[in-house]
Amino acid sequence: MNMSNLTGTITKNRVLVVFAFLLIFPFLAPYEALATDVLIYGLYALGLNLVFGYMGVLSFGHAAFFGVGAYGTGIAMVHFGVHWVPSIFIGILMAGLTAMIMGAMAIRTKGIYFAMVTLALAQCVYYIVYHMGELSGGEDGLTGVSLKTVDLGFTTLNIIREPLSKYYLVLGFVMVAIFIFSRIINSPFGSVLEAIRENENRAQACGYDVKLTKWVAFSISGLFCGLAGALSAIHLSVVPIESLHYHQSGLAVMMALLGGMGTFFGPFIGAMAFLMLEDIITTMTSHWQLFLGAIFMIFVLFFPRGIWGSILHWISRR
Amino acid sequence: MNDDIIRTENVTMRFGGFTALNDVTASFPNGQLTAIIGPNGAGKSTYFNVLSGAFPPSEGRLIFEGKDITGTPQHKFARLGIAKSFQITNVFPELSALENVRIAIQALEKRFDFWTPRGQLTDMEHRAADFLDLVGLHTHKLKQASNLAHGEQRALEIALALACQPRLLLLDEPTAGMSPEETMTMVDLICELASDRTVILVEHKMKLVMGISQHLIVLHHGEVLAEGKPDDIRNNDEVRRVYLGQGKH
Ligand SMILES: Nc1ncnc2c1ncn2[C@@H]1O[C@H](COP(=O)(O)OP(=O)(O)O)[C@@H](O)[C@H]1O
Ligand SMILES: [Mg+2]
Repeated sequence: MNMSNLTGTITKNRVLVVFAFLLIFPFLAPYEALATDVLIYGLYALGLNLVFGYMGVLSFGHAAFFGVGAYGTGIAMVHFGVHWVPSIFIGILMAGLTAMIMGAMAIRTKGIYFAMVTLALAQCVYYIVYHMGELSGGEDGLTGVSLKTVDLGFTTLNIIREPLSKYYLVLGFVMVAIFIFSRIINSPFGSVLEAIRENENRAQACGYDVKLTKWVAFSISGLFCGLAGALSAIHLSVVPIESLHYHQSGLAVMMALLGGMGTFFGPFIGAMAFLMLEDIITTMTSHWQLFLGAIFMIFVLFFPRGIWGSILHWISRR
Repeated sequence: MNDDIIRTENVTMRFGGFTALNDVTASFPNGQLTAIIGPNGAGKSTYFNVLSGAFPPSEGRLIFEGKDITGTPQHKFARLGIAKSFQITNVFPELSALENVRIAIQALEKRFDFWTPRGQLTDMEHRAADFLDLVGLHTHKLKQASNLAHGEQRALEIALALACQPRLLLLDEPTAGMSPEETMTMVDLICELASDRTVILVEHKMKLVMGISQHLIVLHHGEVLAEGKPDDIRNNDEVRRVYLGQGKH
């Protein structure tokens, strides 16, 4: 089997490949909590990649969906005593709703203006949540999102004590999301996204309502990022106000770029590379941001396709 | 019903203070090949964009099959039965020729299907392949569009337009930038397409158009200078003056 056959096989069975890898990943990562972070941020970057990589629209406001997903879940659990499972769905739905509203305002614009409008709208969400102190905890964040044990019927996971159990709990949700995501990008709708990325004008002339399609994709993207946020609330037991900050939006963009935008594995590889590098470098120096900047420059200048994108490109050219 | 497929009534198009089309009233006979000709800058592409829905006119009305469609959004034109190929090649560059056409076919059938795997869209792929056959690209199905020669990209562009099964096909200078051989092939294709649908062709090469069109509209400075059968246009003094005064084409 040659290399391009191999990548073909991987692509065809991409959901199984990711699943198999993520099953053993905690044993490869330095520690389990970091592995769980990779799951959550990989999902977050995956959600952004639907609009950024596949449709070619850069959003700088995706923190709003991550953050609203996290706060929605956390507030439902802490203030309303809702069971954690429906709480996650409340978080997802609220993130989706936020995306629908932000998308409706932003899709009038294109290119850098779209990025700026989404950034500004996400800042509005930040300030709204910041000033809802009684519900959100304001600048201290929301604390006390505690999920101690999960009863699976045949066994009980003690997720506070056993980081590995927590990893597999989160993985369950992430895998369902990855499966759905894979179906969407492989669907006719997925090809419309590619058509818009390739040539918006032509897509319009062919009979696609480009604005409506963008809005739908943006909203779906918000659902995935909302799930990532919801899982992070459960993982951390708190929702820091920073999860709505524009740094958080930038993270998803960087991870997608680092791994390879518009590729299926890219966001997870990007999240993994980013978080593991951060973990290693911050133990050696406090200047992580400086290293991050340098790494990022190297990628933008020399590997604009990102890690996985460059590998795919290199194999296809052999 | 009348026998015009589309007509414009007093259409004016302004860009800022500049009037690119001034009070253009013209109609296009059903089932015929009509050419819009005129020197560079006459307003042909602007008129083409009005007819194909890219520009809603500043004033006036656009009537298709007896219905007023002025201001209808661009993406609905394909569904109405009006398709176009652009003057500047406008395809999906990184997709294969087949996928280009398949996406165009899909636009009429599955715009919001989130679940069917693409592997099951073989019926659409077969139909896409038929369109590629029709425009002479059967040997290039899996080639990436950006790797096709210029003339082949123009042909692909026409296949994209045909994929929405239009009753009215609009072509803006389909032979622009082509070699003489490529031009001949394209002219043959246009004649073939015109045999079973209405075609509007924008062209500034008067010679090319005289032989193949049944009806002509001559634009000059954004106004209709003359309208009629090729023979009438050929013998029209004003048209000759405009074209001769403008140099050779
Ligand atoms: N989008 C636009 N904005 C401003 N002026 C335009 C625009 N499109 C065309 N024009 C002007 O309108 C006139 C007619 O252009 P066009 O319709 O492209 O002519 P043709 O296709 O006959 O060569 C030209 O003078 C051109 O500069
Ligand atoms: Mg022109």
